[in-house]
Amino acid sequence: MTVTRPETEAAPAVSVSPSKEPKRFRLSNWDAKYTPYLIIAPFFVVFGIFGLYPLIYTAWVSLHDWQLIDGDQGFIGLDNYVKLFGDANFWNALFNTLSLFVLSTVPQLLAALGLAALLDRGLRGSAFWRAGVLLPNVISVAAVALVFAQFFGRDFGIVNFLLGFVGIDPIDWRAETWASHLAVSTMVMWRWTGYNALLYLAAMQSVPKDMYESATLDGAGRWRMFWSITVPSIRPTILFTVVTSTIGGLQLFAEPALFDPAFATSNSTGGSDRQFQTLVLYMYEKGFRLFDAGYAATVAWMLFLVVLVVAVINFTLTRRIAGKG
Amino acid sequence: MKNAKTGPLLYGFLVAVLAASIFPLYYSFIVASKDNSVLGEKVPPLVPGGNLVENITRVFDTVDFWLAMQNSFIVASSVAISNVVLGTLAGFAFARLRFKGRDSLFLVVLGTAMVPTQLGVIPLYMLMSDLDWYGTLQAVIVPVLIGSFAVFWMRQACEETVPFELIEAARVDGCSVLRTFWHVGFPAVRPQAAVLGMFTFMTAWNDFFWPLIVLDPNDSPTVQVALSTLASGYYTDYSLMLAGASIAVLPVIALFVLLSRQIVGGIMQGAVKG
Repeated sequence: MTVTRPETEAAPAVSVSPSKEPKRFRLSNWDAKYTPYLIIAPFFVVFGIFGLYPLIYTAWVSLHDWQLIDGDQGFIGLDNYVKLFGDANFWNALFNTLSLFVLSTVPQLLAALGLAALLDRGLRGSAFWRAGVLLPNVISVAAVALVFAQFFGRDFGIVNFLLGFVGIDPIDWRAETWASHLAVSTMVMWRWTGYNALLYLAAMQSVPKDMYESATLDGAGRWRMFWSITVPSIRPTILFTVVTSTIGGLQLFAEPALFDPAFATSNSTGGSDRQFQTLVLYMYEKGFRLFDAGYAATVAWMLFLVVLVVAVINFTLTRRIAGKG
Repeated sequence: MKNAKTGPLLYGFLVAVLAASIFPLYYSFIVASKDNSVLGEKVPPLVPGGNLVENITRVFDTVDFWLAMQNSFIVASSVAISNVVLGTLAGFAFARLRFKGRDSLFLVVLGTAMVPTQLGVIPLYMLMSDLDWYGTLQAVIVPVLIGSFAVFWMRQACEETVPFELIEAARVDGCSVLRTFWHVGFPAVRPQAAVLGMFTFMTAWNDFFWPLIVLDPNDSPTVQVALSTLASGYYTDYSLMLAGASIAVLPVIALFVLLSRQIVGGIMQGAVKG
């Protein structure tokens, strides 16, 4: 019959030119090809506009005399950076940032490692213990800071009360640099140790059990097995936590901000004498209390470099240490 | 590994860890229930007092805590719903659809989690005031409509639960990508999507830094911003502050009690595969 010829020609879809395809098929072809991009696009658009663009634009703002309210007052090159390097408050904040970072992250990750090893020992009611250690992580940092502010009160705080039992005189936790750093680090540790312990625990559970069995046959003790089997086996997870804790720990804001009772009322932040002012706090003070956006952007951009450098150093160091054995 | 002898010691130690986890919450409730003058006594209080209702009333008198709760609720729900919808779609695409550059685009998504976007707040603030969004809730909602965590989480969920064969079948039957998602993909990952929703709700509820900057503390605070206002009286009123803190953490604790198993499971799964 006459109608059969065109039909048989159209059947093998590969050989047909697009214009001769049935409309529905063309539509579904377009759909299969482009819809995936359309549905992943929102993430990239949101990240681009509200994450990446502001971060990069910060560098541009830092090259200007830029007031938050009055706007751009002109390009001034590296003037803000020159001023920053001579700014004692900047160096103070940098020191505080690094000190708080070391004090809160190093003990925290070691404690998390130990806690994970304990949780890995075939406990009864494991779900209960895991939930218990994670609980602090879901509490808002503002609420945590208020409770710990009470704990570390000079006159009526519970910490000084307990220290009194071992004969230590009351410590003015907000006045002394080291004392305040210990107090703020305690808050950070309280919130994050359990979370990191769960990450380690997950990694430990995927270490093949026969590695331990053969080590036991060789007469290795538990401590030795931990350092020469467990730690090297979970190295990727350790590296991951080191990098994320570095990025987070160098950007502390809420804990030191609210540890200072005068945070909402005074222009300067992070203690009466900036004893625990971090770089993010200093950026906040410059930008949103004194409205010097250009200078605040300079602080932000320097902190960005610090984060980058410290993250790379820590990554390299940890890889070397955890890789032994 | 098991060792019968260390059993009691191990459990004793874990009980201590648990106590340390819970104590700050317990203590804030204790202080919230006391008259502020009691806190000036030598021995810190350890049992609840009778002033809880009075202190909570004072919280609502000092700041507009109803408005703050309402704002936090709007923000957290919108962010949660949007992350679930957009995250599930994107996760589905990364897990089950074929398109050019898929794997490298996903690596980009993972990489963005490492970018310290907090350091871009100055231009972000300028952007918001150009848009005339200062002091409005969309200023805190829109930047977090979809995060890398949601994409990562839902991709994981789709990889585990959405069968390839069903998708192929739906496609052969002429289902469009979106219809396939709606009828095959989404039903399979509904439980994980619910957990993501709750988790995102908690994160948005707890957020402090950006709301503090872009919202007007007197006019349009979220709960966390209101808390920081409570802390700024003429003298430090811990009963008041911690009564506020106790109310602020309540919704999150309720969600956590309901979903702790799933949240723990999710965090641990992400650790191994991520």
